[in-house]
Amino acid sequence: MAVDSELKIELGKQGVFVTTIEELYNWGRRSSVWPMQFGLACCAIEMIATTMARYDLARFGAEVFRPSPRQADLMIISGTVTKKMAPQVVRLYNQMAEPRYVIAMGACAISGGPFKQGYNVLKGIDRYIPVDVHIPGCPPRPEALLQAFITLQKKIDEQPLTGVGRPRHLDAGAQGEFPVPEQGEHDLEPTSNKGVWPLPVVIR
Amino acid sequence: MEEIKAAILAAVPGAGVEIVLNPSVSAQHSLRLAPERAESVALFLRDDAELALDFLSNATGVDWPDKEITEKVKITRPVQKIVDGVEQTVEETVEETRKRVEPGFLEAVYHLYSIEQKHGPVIVRMRTVNRTDQVELPSLTPVWRSAEFQEREIFDLYGIVFTGHPDLRRLLMWEGFKDHPMRRDYVEPDDFEYEPTAHDEVLARAKAHQSGD
Repeated sequence: MAVDSELKIELGKQGVFVTTIEELYNWGRRSSVWPMQFGLACCAIEMIATTMARYDLARFGAEVFRPSPRQADLMIISGTVTKKMAPQVVRLYNQMAEPRYVIAMGACAISGGPFKQGYNVLKGIDRYIPVDVHIPGCPPRPEALLQAFITLQKKIDEQPLTGVGRPRHLDAGAQGEFPVPEQGEHDLEPTSNKGVWPLPVVIR
Repeated sequence: MEEIKAAILAAVPGAGVEIVLNPSVSAQHSLRLAPERAESVALFLRDDAELALDFLSNATGVDWPDKEITEKVKITRPVQKIVDGVEQTVEETVEETRKRVEPGFLEAVYHLYSIEQKHGPVIVRMRTVNRTDQVELPSLTPVWRSAEFQEREIFDLYGIVFTGHPDLRRLLMWEGFKDHPMRRDYVEPDDFEYEPTAHDEVLARAKAHQSGD
């Protein structure tokens, strides 16, 4: 049950603060998204710059980079995911506790980027794990990462706690563990997780 | 280059050194070593007071695939012909096109410098017998320690087996990976199912993928 915004202001003037559990819950969730301390390539340098004084990611409640996946809420895939690294990335994601989010940062993480036609680079981490926000750029500017962060916060804010579209940790039926790809003789096996990444329709 | 070759031949008997000329503008000629004596030659290059090639800056691999050579050969053969109404055997010169396959090989190339004498590079090459089963070369890691990772990389990407290498494992690809990606006949895995902005070669590969399944 949403509170009428005008009524809320009116009550606020009288010294009464009204909110909903959903709003409070989501406010708490979005204001302390702790990223995992985890960098893969040159995008990580931009990520570090974002956390430092000039861009100051701390303004959004995300200054605490956790070195353990158990304590982190957000995985910033910052850089090229090689096929050798991909199983470890999926494994780290599996080890994170819900609620968890993923930002795929940079051209490599979203599609393979300049290394797309190479033999060793995964063509986008969204083939194996669900990605919440994609940022293009090579590397993206710190502003772009902040934008992605704000987008993620909006996304958390708008999540209902019940019904369709509720966060995964409130949905008992939701998939918790994602299959880790095997390193095969010629390529990763399977080459993508069809449950996470149904083949996108190409409009020509 | 000739001087170095002469010095090597004087110091290491039966070294089997050969000069490989580089016809391009850079004219960086190189020395091709016989793999059997390569390690003693390398030790000489490093320890000789005048050469003192104490720094291995770069080691890389080259893949030379089997080459099919088409050449025209003039041959003379006897032909039965009617000359002046009489059947005779006449020698006739015919031009014939022949094809032969020159076997390919793998090559390791080392660029050596001398920090002490401030000269270089001296380029040293070694070739394997073929590309399939006889791919051993002596490792130069005991001579130049910096060759270790680069030889591992060559082993990984080209499949040259360096005998005498202290720790010959794949460097970039994972254990259990079977191919050698930098070889010219390497076939990329077919993951062209989603190509939103395909063009040129990628477009062809994507179409081939779509017609395949």
